[in-house]
Amino acid sequence: MPDATGLELIAKELADTVPGDGSPVLGTVHFRGRGTLLVDPARIRPVLERLRGIGYSFMASVHGVDHYPEEPRLGVCYELIDMAQVDRLTVKVRVATDDPVVDSVTPDWPTANHQEREVYDMFGVVFRGHPDPRRILMPEDYVGHPQRRDFPLGGEPVIFTYNENEDIGGAR
Amino acid sequence: MSERDELFDASALRVNELNARQMLRGAALEGLNAPAPLEGAELERHVEERVLTTTLEKAVAWARSNAFFPATFGLACCAIEMMSIVASRVDVARFGYEAFRASPRQADLLILSGRVSIKMAPIVRRIYDQMLEPKWAIAMGACCSSTGVFNNYALVPADHFMPVDVHVPGCPPRPEALMHGVLRLRKMVQDDPEMGWRERYGAQGTEEVLPPAPGGGRSGA
Repeated sequence: MPDATGLELIAKELADTVPGDGSPVLGTVHFRGRGTLLVDPARIRPVLERLRGIGYSFMASVHGVDHYPEEPRLGVCYELIDMAQVDRLTVKVRVATDDPVVDSVTPDWPTANHQEREVYDMFGVVFRGHPDPRRILMPEDYVGHPQRRDFPLGGEPVIFTYNENEDIGGAR
Repeated sequence: MSERDELFDASALRVNELNARQMLRGAALEGLNAPAPLEGAELERHVEERVLTTTLEKAVAWARSNAFFPATFGLACCAIEMMSIVASRVDVARFGYEAFRASPRQADLLILSGRVSIKMAPIVRRIYDQMLEPKWAIAMGACCSSTGVFNNYALVPADHFMPVDVHVPGCPPRPEALMHGVLRLRKMVQDDPEMGWRERYGAQGTEEVLPPAPGGGRSGA
């Protein structure tokens, strides 16, 4: 794990080398030995490319988070590993639900293909430039993104002998 | 000797049986030791003891219920318990259900062993539709009866998309419980053949292969 100082050095490195206005790093968190960078969603691809250049060349995971009721709600996390230094780094972006668009990193990291599809399926984050932006787990005609926290839980009203005469949820 | 003892005396039974066979052939009894031929009420009783009368429907239901061919079809963890009913401890072969068929066209019992997701439901339904009549279905475990611990957006209970004859509760049900369910189905098929799913769901006339038209020839081709 990069220590707190090392994390700030990585943030400085990114601010110096990634093109665009200002630093692409919106914040750093160092918690329990884990370093996390919060990054501008518009510049996720050059940031990850630069991190690959300094050794974080293995993408272990891409996953989504719903931070409801915080805003911006939706998060996408990229777990990077430096296999030579045995070091790992979490890169996070946050987008709002009314425009949940993040650049796809699949052209640079082929492993992200299915994982971005899963994040799209479950959270509705749209990955711009993804080669195959379909759902991966739910049926293709499914409506909604079930892992969002404001999605109804669904399921069946369960009837036992003690409540079989009640009208549970108006079903049946 | 009481009448009952006489009835169950093995040697007497054997002699009577041989006599009856000869009488049925129309041959006369011969020999010095030949007992008197059976006549009248005695002969009638002898035949009644050996002949069972029933209806064709009952005989067919009896035959069907003792030879289910389950489909080799596992959905989730319940399938492990389903497999173990074929093994030596519960041994479904004692009842004649050991021939698990890998093709729905050869199977007449679908054991839904596990959870059915809404993406899997059309496939399960298609397999059920491919099975030939008469056919039965057992919903095994909590998941495919009421979605169980996966009671959320992803699953659908089996009753919502196909007819189910027996529900076996449990998570997963022990093999004995599934065996009990299969035997309840056997009893249902033997005692209430009118409890078939078409009757219960009002689905007469939706057969895949329709019976021949009155004028002869094939219909529904």
